[in-house]
Amino acid sequence: QDLQIVNAERRIDLSSHIVKAFLTLKVENIGKDPAAEMLLAFPPTQIKNLAMVQALATTGKKKKKTYLPLDVKPTEQPDAPNDTGYYRVTFISPLGPGETVSLEVLYILTHSLEPFPVEITQSESQLVYYHDSAVILSPYHVKQQTTFIKTPSTRVESFTSIEPANRAGKEIKYGPYENRASYSYTPVIIHFENNSPFAVVEELVREIEISHWGSLQITENYRLTHGGARHKGVFSRVDYQSKRSVSGASSFNALLAVLPPRVNSVYYRDEIGNISTSHLRTGFRKSELEFEPRYPLFGGWSATFIIGYRVPLEDYLFEASDGRRYLNFTFGCPLVETIVNKLTIKVVLPEGSKDPSAVLPFTVNQELQVKYSYLDIVGRTVVVLQKDNVVPTHNVPFQVYYTFKPIYMLAEPFMLVSAFFLVFVASLAYVHIDLNIVRK
Amino acid sequence: MGGKSEPAKSESMATKPDLLNTSFFSFKSLKLKTKQQELLLRISILGLVYILAFIARLFSVLRYESMIHEFDPYFNYRTTLFLTEKGFYEFWNWFDSESWYPLGRIIGGTLYPGLMVTAALIYWTLRFLRFFVHIREVCVLTAPFFASNTTLVAYFFGKELWDTGAGLVAAVLIAICPGYISRSVAGSYDNEAVAIFALLLTFYLFVKAVNTGSLAWALASAFGYFYMVSAWGGYVFIINLVPLYVLVLLITGRYSMRLYIAYNCMYILGMLLAMQIRFVGFQHVQSGEHMGAMGVFLLMQVFYFLDWVKYQLNDTKLFQTFLRITVTSAILVGGVAVGVGTASGYISPWTGRFYSLLDPTYAKDHIPIIASVSEHQPTAWSSFMFDYHILLFLFPAGLYFCFKRLTDATIFIVMYGLTSLYFAGVMVRLILVATPAVCLISAIAVSATIKNLTSLLRTKQKVSQTGSTKGAGSSKASSKVTLDQSQPFQKNGAIALLVGVFYLLSRYAIHCTWVTAEAYSSPSIVLAARGAHGNRIIFDDYREAYYWLRQNTATDAKIMSWWDYGYQITAMGNRTVIVDNNTWNNTHIATVGRAMSSYEDDAYDIMRSLDVNYVLVVFGGVTGYSSDDINKFLWMVRIGGGVFPVIKEPDYLVNGEFRVDKGASPKMLNCLMYKLCYYRFGELTTEYGKPPGYDRARGVEIGNKDIKLEHLEEAYTTSNWIVRIYRVKPPTNRL
Repeated sequence: QDLQIVNAERRIDLSSHIVKAFLTLKVENIGKDPAAEMLLAFPPTQIKNLAMVQALATTGKKKKKTYLPLDVKPTEQPDAPNDTGYYRVTFISPLGPGETVSLEVLYILTHSLEPFPVEITQSESQLVYYHDSAVILSPYHVKQQTTFIKTPSTRVESFTSIEPANRAGKEIKYGPYENRASYSYTPVIIHFENNSPFAVVEELVREIEISHWGSLQITENYRLTHGGARHKGVFSRVDYQSKRSVSGASSFNALLAVLPPRVNSVYYRDEIGNISTSHLRTGFRKSELEFEPRYPLFGGWSATFIIGYRVPLEDYLFEASDGRRYLNFTFGCPLVETIVNKLTIKVVLPEGSKDPSAVLPFTVNQELQVKYSYLDIVGRTVVVLQKDNVVPTHNVPFQVYYTFKPIYMLAEPFMLVSAFFLVFVASLAYVHIDLNIVRK
Repeated sequence: MGGKSEPAKSESMATKPDLLNTSFFSFKSLKLKTKQQELLLRISILGLVYILAFIARLFSVLRYESMIHEFDPYFNYRTTLFLTEKGFYEFWNWFDSESWYPLGRIIGGTLYPGLMVTAALIYWTLRFLRFFVHIREVCVLTAPFFASNTTLVAYFFGKELWDTGAGLVAAVLIAICPGYISRSVAGSYDNEAVAIFALLLTFYLFVKAVNTGSLAWALASAFGYFYMVSAWGGYVFIINLVPLYVLVLLITGRYSMRLYIAYNCMYILGMLLAMQIRFVGFQHVQSGEHMGAMGVFLLMQVFYFLDWVKYQLNDTKLFQTFLRITVTSAILVGGVAVGVGTASGYISPWTGRFYSLLDPTYAKDHIPIIASVSEHQPTAWSSFMFDYHILLFLFPAGLYFCFKRLTDATIFIVMYGLTSLYFAGVMVRLILVATPAVCLISAIAVSATIKNLTSLLRTKQKVSQTGSTKGAGSSKASSKVTLDQSQPFQKNGAIALLVGVFYLLSRYAIHCTWVTAEAYSSPSIVLAARGAHGNRIIFDDYREAYYWLRQNTATDAKIMSWWDYGYQITAMGNRTVIVDNNTWNNTHIATVGRAMSSYEDDAYDIMRSLDVNYVLVVFGGVTGYSSDDINKFLWMVRIGGGVFPVIKEPDYLVNGEFRVDKGASPKMLNCLMYKLCYYRFGELTTEYGKPPGYDRARGVEIGNKDIKLEHLEEAYTTSNWIVRIYRVKPPTNRL
């Protein structure tokens, strides 16, 4: 063991259905050799729900603090105890013997709040379990540590008490604990009320169609479900209308989507037609679409819908120095505070595009498809990017590069002109041709 | 419109004397130019009318969205979707287990495929031309597209009946006539969308065949008839009107070889082609409604035979004897054949719907399922004015002109007009069939009138020329003065009448636009109302409920509802229904009616036997929506009671009056329909100043405010309470 953690503080935010954890670590090199990296450990129940891990190195103090992003990658260790999962953090420069560094780690967990009871009636609030450890799981010795857990309301049915532990208002504090050996783990369960919208997008297919005639057409197909405790028994419209806070506390029906600025031709509909409950606010920084599904979503209920809009091409399509064109667009889901179980992004390139490639800051599955649209002959190349377990933090820009010869733009006008030409030629032929056997 | 083509001729005639002094080449050139001008004008008018007919029907798309309207069209859309996805063979053999549970429905053999095949062909054509449209857009716009095509057929038909001017006027009138717009707006994807086009096309082609005696036109009319048979059950009108028309021609001594060729070809080939439609099958030789056509066909052969015999025999006296014997024999043989056929059951009697066309009171007494459809009711006089406007006055004027110039063609349009107008009086839905006839006959009146008035203007110029010529002689001076004095009155009168005609036509256009916008362009799926500040409020409860079913119930869930909503539940909710709008099984519908009319315990047994999972009812008490299930409830009682005598209508009435308030009958207050519609409604305050439980659709406070459900529970109620869905509970264990 070359490293040890001098001080650790962990803050876990349970106010939404997306669990956000902030780790502040002070790491010291107690070995004789420089250390270029360190490991973050996660229990197996968390590793499969881990949507994102980010690490920053902090230098300076208070108002002069600066943050430097570090490279974080999942990794495996041959001697991992109890199927522990690991992420490797690479330091900007190796940590010399006796030196210390401060890290801030943000990691996000999805599907980690377990509804209990599993089914609730209309008038019941939603209670959930959160499973974690009072001490931080780490392959290193931890000299001192504290954990704070924040709940959305003061109603906490129960929580495991590991001395010293106490609860004040919406916060539960564990620790401080001192001198915990590596791989220490003390399970705790917190049972609390959480009526925030458990909006889970089971599947989102975003199609970004590039038209060199001046616009980008985005079409988003959502399959949205309430991922919380399943609704049981009666849905009463009387109770829902008159006592919404009591009969329907755990349901939601208002959603917000953050769209790019300068959107136009926005539509919101599903398989059977337009949905009329939506409002759009546009601005030069962003646009916001407030909308409701056709019906309120209680636990287990789901809705599918399509949101489509158009944006100007010049805001998103550029030319690289090597002559290739590239699209610069935002990854992720426009809905606020949602989990996307399976996200598929399809970038439809104009007909005649070649050599497509995608550049993203994280790993995704890629493949190519062909799609046919208006006046297409050979079909358009589609770059398909697929990623599971997407959270709002994934909303960062990505690029798609391709080569394109401007001559291909003339294909469609030529096609239309030819069609009209043929029609007129046929008309001329019809007027002048005489098929009579006997001349009049 | 006809008047616009006349000035060109007038100009040509005015300059005629000058042409006599010029070279022959110039004369010929100018003459061709005149014809070209007329052709250009005519094509321009037809093009504009074509576009007008299309865009006049797009109000609903602009106001709401591109969607299917009403109830029946959703089935048509669903089957078209199936056809485009699976192909024609699968479509033809499709057994639909999602309808009429537990019976199912053989789709291919129980529908008229013309509409679906037409839309599918348009869709595939557009795809082939690289226009990747959604099938829904094709279905929504099929009706306006065929309305545009109908205007072209009306033009050619009018041209065949009277002249080019009448054709143009007919095209304009039918493009915007509310009687036709009512069933051809965008989104009204129903059989009538293409059937009216096919009907008018068949009539035009047949009249053309009669006028020309051409086998090609007769063949074309047979194919037009085939298209009509594939599209709509209203083809029965054609197969009865055409032989009736032929019969009238025979009686009035207008038999000719032209008529013989036209009718024989059209009837035989049309019948053979019609037999290819599985839904029609052998009805042309087995059904009572089709016997008239066969009778006239045989009579036509007799006429041909007698004509030949008359030609062969020179002795008139001998021919008269032969004629008497032949006619007597033919009548005897025909009578015996019909008698034997009917008695043995080979020839089926007339259907109930056919009887109700002849006797308007038949359906009410014998078949409540037919009488319960609102568009099968006798027509109010206001509907005629609403749908025809000034055409009601132009129609008799047109009849007058037709009788003045009686030809084979005008006899046809007179018969078509009179018979279709009679049937339109019996059943309000058939205003649609009468519309082309009314438009054509009215167009004849307009065209003939305008032509007469404009000819008066031309007469003045002739007289002026004559006067100026005669003016050379001094002895004629007094005569010239006399002629000049009479001209101003005639001219002024003609101008005044022309202005009157155009004013009437413009009022007609305004009326048609208003009717289309206000009355015929609502989807009826989406309801709209005005809020307190004048803003538009959308009630989208139907789709809210159907989509809830689609997303949040098991895929094999069975939904029980009144048959009105069956097609929509299968198409939009994607769920199995017990009954739907096809109404082919009266007993099955009566079972649902019985369940709705019974107490909850009895209804529960029925629902259990049908494997019902959810019950859907439509309730307008909160919004004031009057087309809800409470207002349809008596029809459920009558239909249910027609099959199950245990259901009696008087049980639900009080002194013959239908009530839902405290004074309602005990059976009414506790039947399943009442309980489901008004469940927990008594706790709701719907209107300021009214007590809780005030029903805004019926204007009363309900009588049972404390409803308790034992075997069902509320699964979902829409935002404005229009649709309510209840879950049928599994039976409790009884120890």
